[in-house]
Amino acid sequence: MSGLLLIEQVLNGLQSGVMLFLMAAGLTLVFGVMGLINLAHGSLYMVGAFAAAAVAAATGSFLLALIAALAAAAAAGALIELLVIRRLYARDHLDQVLATFALILILSEGTRWLFGSFPLYLDVPSWLSGPVSLGPIQYPLYRLAIIVVGLAVAGGLGLLIARTRLGIRIRAGEADREMIAALGVDISKLYTMVFALGAALAGLAGALVGAIQSVQVGMGEPVLILAFVVIVIGGIGSIKGAFIGALLVGLTDTLGGVLLPQAFGLFMEPSAATTVGASLASMAIYILMAGVLIWRPSGLFGARA
Amino acid sequence: MTEPVLFTRNLCKRFGALEASSDVSLDLRPGEIHALIGPNGAGKSTLIKQLAGNISPDSGSVWFHGQDVTGLDTIARARLGLARTFQISALAMQHTVLQNVILGALGQRQAALRFFGNIMKNKALRAESEQVLDRVGLLEHASTLTGELSHGQRRLLEVAVALSLRPKAFLMDEPMAGLGADGSARMTGFLDGLRREAPILLVEHDMDAVFTLADRISVLVYGQIIATGTVSEIRENPEVQRAYLGDGGLE
Amino acid sequence: MSRESLINLLILLAMLVVPAWAVWADEPFILTLATKVAILALAGVGLNVALGLGGLVSFGHAAFFGIGGYAMGILASHAQSYTALMEWPVLIEGTKSMPVIWLVAVVASGFAALLIGALSLRTSGVYFIMITLAFGQMLYYFAISWPAYGGEDGLSIYVRNGFPGLHTLDPLQFLALSYGVLFAVLFLVSRVENSAFGLALDAARQNSDRVQAVGIAPYRLRLIAFVLSGMITGLAGALYADLNRFVSPTMFSWHLSGEIMVFVILGGVARLFGPVAGAALFIGMEHFLGGISEFWQVFLGLVLLSVVLFARGGLIGVLAPKGARHD
Repeated sequence: MSGLLLIEQVLNGLQSGVMLFLMAAGLTLVFGVMGLINLAHGSLYMVGAFAAAAVAAATGSFLLALIAALAAAAAAGALIELLVIRRLYARDHLDQVLATFALILILSEGTRWLFGSFPLYLDVPSWLSGPVSLGPIQYPLYRLAIIVVGLAVAGGLGLLIARTRLGIRIRAGEADREMIAALGVDISKLYTMVFALGAALAGLAGALVGAIQSVQVGMGEPVLILAFVVIVIGGIGSIKGAFIGALLVGLTDTLGGVLLPQAFGLFMEPSAATTVGASLASMAIYILMAGVLIWRPSGLFGARA
Repeated sequence: MTEPVLFTRNLCKRFGALEASSDVSLDLRPGEIHALIGPNGAGKSTLIKQLAGNISPDSGSVWFHGQDVTGLDTIARARLGLARTFQISALAMQHTVLQNVILGALGQRQAALRFFGNIMKNKALRAESEQVLDRVGLLEHASTLTGELSHGQRRLLEVAVALSLRPKAFLMDEPMAGLGADGSARMTGFLDGLRREAPILLVEHDMDAVFTLADRISVLVYGQIIATGTVSEIRENPEVQRAYLGDGGLE
Repeated sequence: MSRESLINLLILLAMLVVPAWAVWADEPFILTLATKVAILALAGVGLNVALGLGGLVSFGHAAFFGIGGYAMGILASHAQSYTALMEWPVLIEGTKSMPVIWLVAVVASGFAALLIGALSLRTSGVYFIMITLAFGQMLYYFAISWPAYGGEDGLSIYVRNGFPGLHTLDPLQFLALSYGVLFAVLFLVSRVENSAFGLALDAARQNSDRVQAVGIAPYRLRLIAFVLSGMITGLAGALYADLNRFVSPTMFSWHLSGEIMVFVILGGVARLFGPVAGAALFIGMEHFLGGISEFWQVFLGLVLLSVVLFARGGLIGVLAPKGARHD
């Protein structure tokens, strides 16, 4: 494989990595602060994508579509938190898994009810379409923009947590729940805000990715599971871990799909190499996860198991 | 002098800047109750965790029955005959009282990997476990759910489970904690007879119980053992009195 | 007789009455539905060993269900195409015999459970949930990308596999066979629950420190429970594949893991007949609500949500709350 193609694949891996980070950040925040495992996080990704597709179809504006995605996902998140999720904080993980699994069923089928079973399309706006030259290689401008936006959001989130009042409260909540109550913070409001923040990030990811893939019911589920792998690798509750984990998973998944069949091609006949390579590539991130677990059972940056 | 059943050599354990165990050497001899006392935060819990195998020391060693057990975990040490009771009752709350004791007997026999045969209908195991319950006075509650026991009864059940292991030594972490005067007196009476079966390392805050029961006392302050001796030696030790002044002396 | 035993008896009675009625009313579809309930219940009985008794929230049991299904699919497809599964170093041929297929399904899923369990049980809590889910997905994607046995499209088996002395294509006889397997496994599981192992496993779920302090290793207990659990769910997968005469990667999907868990929860966690009641409720809802609305899963979601939030303990838990258990 040529070096140029490899660079392109690395960029693709980076792009999928930063989008995964947007998903994983919300999951890991919600777990770190509230101790909740939320399977319905993928549904919020889907809500964002559908909101963006609907608004883009109505107004033709991609920026408005992104704003709609953020707003719709945050609102859906806040609503879900108020109605259901807050009843689950004191419950065990099994109840949380089941209740949020039920939410997936409701949200997925509800969306199918509203929008039908056919996928919607969200077009890349003209001002972001077409390739751009990065030195010797041509790369789609939109994908490059996604990487930039993703990195910017990651940086912003890091600043938010390190520098702002909300961030201090979030960190206090992760360290000691009773302490933030003692500080006079309204915990239930904080929890709703954290949940809505995580939801908005998922919704943004859904809308951004929706423009390269189709927008359909169930689109959030594969991403959700990848995001789980990310936070298991990074360590649950750690934003830094989520970032490193997301890039690792994004790169492994993308490069594995390209490199493994070629690697097997060195000593196998081409058709068999493609088969074995592709099968192994589909499992690569899980093998990565298993490896990390053997080495560090609570993830790269995880404190508690 | 007979060989101690359980002893430590120069145990050290640090948590960051905090020196939780500093060069601790302690021994438990056959037939004795050796009390470990000290103000809160002196490192008693850390020490008992190193003895039981929950945490490993930074340096130093733990010996049990002539064997270096420093590298063994709690499970392996329990199998060798080290029975522990917990400061906060650790019992299967949804099981009956009898089931909790039978679990101990299963551990003692290493018989937990039997998949057939109704365990509650095993006559030998039942008889043995009921006998243990009788000794601590809980036989009439044998089929009560553990979660429904009073606090004092749970403390007794902890001891009963430890007994069912037929141990070579007991590690008891505040068995009197939370007991009223009656309960303490009852537990004290029971432990008094128990030392003949196996020696007891007793961590306890209840000074009346300690002074009644202990053959020897070690005083732990800031991770260090500042004195070891008989009850009267410890009472008269000026260093111990100084360490305890904040708590109102030893009376 | 305890209230739970009475309910179990009623469930048993319903399991017999419904097929009898179906035969009398000439409704073979109801027989197929009852067979589906029995097989899915079996998958739930498997999960309940890990979840109910062991407290292990496995969200990846579709892995074992799928392995059982593919054990059937692979063996039967070689038998129907008269090709050997493997010629070297030893000749292995396909088979259409259910007992052989079941054995292979149980061994293969048990082996997978051993590997997945040994890794996953190094962790606990939320990690365990996510890791079992991830391993399930790994097999799902593997099944999709491995073209030898149909890839994404799956495998069809034209004739149901055989069982000595039975005509398995007859719905009633296949139902009877599925019932037979379910009852045999329920009997075995009830024996294990009451055994020394069952007591120790249940104690480890309630208080791991206690079990360690008496010299028993919780990890080993849990791993054995996980393997046993995977084997039972794998057996259910083989039967399910035979019911449909079709296997596909959806047998590995995480929705299926979720559904198996839902059977257990709807019926009642750690109750012997919980998965049976749960699977019956689930299939009943699918059948009746599915007839009313295409979007019946919204209602399923609402029912599940209400059970989790307001009716903890599932059907059996609500009807027979756990009081003092007297041996």
